Amino acid sequence: MKVNRTLIMGLTLVGFTLVLAILSFVWTPYDPLAMNPELSLSKPSPKHLLGTDVFGRDVLSNIIVGARSTLTVAFFAVLISMIFGVLVGVGTAISPKWAQTPAIFGIDIVLALPSVLFAIVLAAVYGPSTMTATIAIGVALSAAVGQVTRRETNAVLQADYVMAATSSGAGKGRIVRRHVLPNIRASLFVQASGAIAVAILAESTLSYLGLGTLPPTPSWGRMLAESQQFLIVDPILALWPGLVIVIAVLGFNLTGDGLREALDPTLRRSET
Amino acid sequence: MSLLEVRNLVVAFGDKRVVDDVSFDVEAGSRLGIIGESGSGKTLTTLAIMGLLPDTATVSGSIVFEGEELLTRSDSQMSKLRGNRMGMVFQEPLTSLNPLMRVGKQIAMPLMIHRGMALKEGLTVAVKLCDTVGLPDPERIVRSYPHQLSGGQRQRIGLAIALACDPVLLIADEPTTALDVTVQKEVLKLMNELVSSRGSSLIFVSHDLPVISAMTESVLVMNTGKVVEQARVGDLFANPRHEYSKKLIATAKHSDDLFTAFRAGAQ
Repeated sequence: MKVNRTLIMGLTLVGFTLVLAILSFVWTPYDPLAMNPELSLSKPSPKHLLGTDVFGRDVLSNIIVGARSTLTVAFFAVLISMIFGVLVGVGTAISPKWAQTPAIFGIDIVLALPSVLFAIVLAAVYGPSTMTATIAIGVALSAAVGQVTRRETNAVLQADYVMAATSSGAGKGRIVRRHVLPNIRASLFVQASGAIAVAILAESTLSYLGLGTLPPTPSWGRMLAESQQFLIVDPILALWPGLVIVIAVLGFNLTGDGLREALDPTLRRSET
Repeated sequence: MSLLEVRNLVVAFGDKRVVDDVSFDVEAGSRLGIIGESGSGKTLTTLAIMGLLPDTATVSGSIVFEGEELLTRSDSQMSKLRGNRMGMVFQEPLTSLNPLMRVGKQIAMPLMIHRGMALKEGLTVAVKLCDTVGLPDPERIVRSYPHQLSGGQRQRIGLAIALACDPVLLIADEPTTALDVTVQKEVLKLMNELVSSRGSSLIFVSHDLPVISAMTESVLVMNTGKVVEQARVGDLFANPRHEYSKKLIATAKHSDDLFTAFRAGAQ
């Protein structure tokens, strides 16, 4: 069997990010919030492996704790999007024709709405917080999830075995439970993995704009924003949050691609 | 009163009438063959009886089953009949089974729906049904997934599902077309036995005259949505009235060897 390099690489990077997030609960080199003006913008050294920021806070500790904030937001946003997306996607697919058109129109509107703009509106109304960022990202992603789910569900509904099940007396509920959901499950996993990557990027963007995780809670996006002003004095400071964002996003994207390869029988066949 | 009375059935997609003014009866315990080429409307006729036509189709006429009009029934009312009073066997044994569900559960499903059985109870019956349809080692079969079974075995599963609730009407839509010839013969033989022993009625759809003649007593010849001839199988062979029927018989006689083999094998 061919080794799925994409999946291994993806899972390695995801694993690295997860380890950071879990580590944050038990250990960080320093208190991520402890300021030390004497150490302001110090270069990486054995004592501070990634250096310190303008307030003399340890960058490594902030990166570790930032993983937790970013992943929490991304995880819950994707959870929201999967729940809503699957409900909407399956719901529109099984509803009668006249109800489908407005539903699809609704999905298209949410798709057309940039998630950052949506988050800004939410933040303006409810004030910026982790919660508003999570909801904004979740709602924005659910449209995409809904669209793909609807397509996948339609494909399953056309399948002969659904007609066969109907001919055995199965109603819509049973068709969805027993036939649709099991058969779109693989695609949902792939989607969730890709959606986490998008959510991480969105969370970083929002935090960068000051609409996500609030200070002083460490977050990669805000670290990036804060380091920006010192790009000339201390260019390496911006490198670390940028790097972990890339690692996390790349990791989940590769995992999604790898899963697709592993779960899609047609791709698997074409490789042999 | 016949078991099934179809009167002036019209199925249309937009302006196109794909089933055009079709009428026929199926008596209790009798067997009717529907023959015609692809696109002749034979499958759509059976789907109309089962209430399985897509939403885009418009249906008119009348289908009376066990004294009740079906065309005015709601989908959920039809669900109560489907798999219960009428069962259907499909053409493609691979694609008509859910690839991710063990076949035992798929056989148990109609029993759980119509007989209110629990899964465990349904599986016990499924084992018996597998035995009835001549599957070896039924205990193992019920735990398999469709891809682990051969085409012939899958079609036996399809038959087991359709017959699980002892329907009075079995509709088979080209049930052996996707199978190779030797397996085809076995499945037809089995279907023949099962329908006889249960005394159920059979509507058997095929484009293959030898197969139809082996399975049914009377036959409906369909062409471009219309019934062009309806006759007893023997009469159709002896004295085909319609041009299209003559063509069908000429084709069938062309492969006469196969024809004799079939009749000998399936009866």
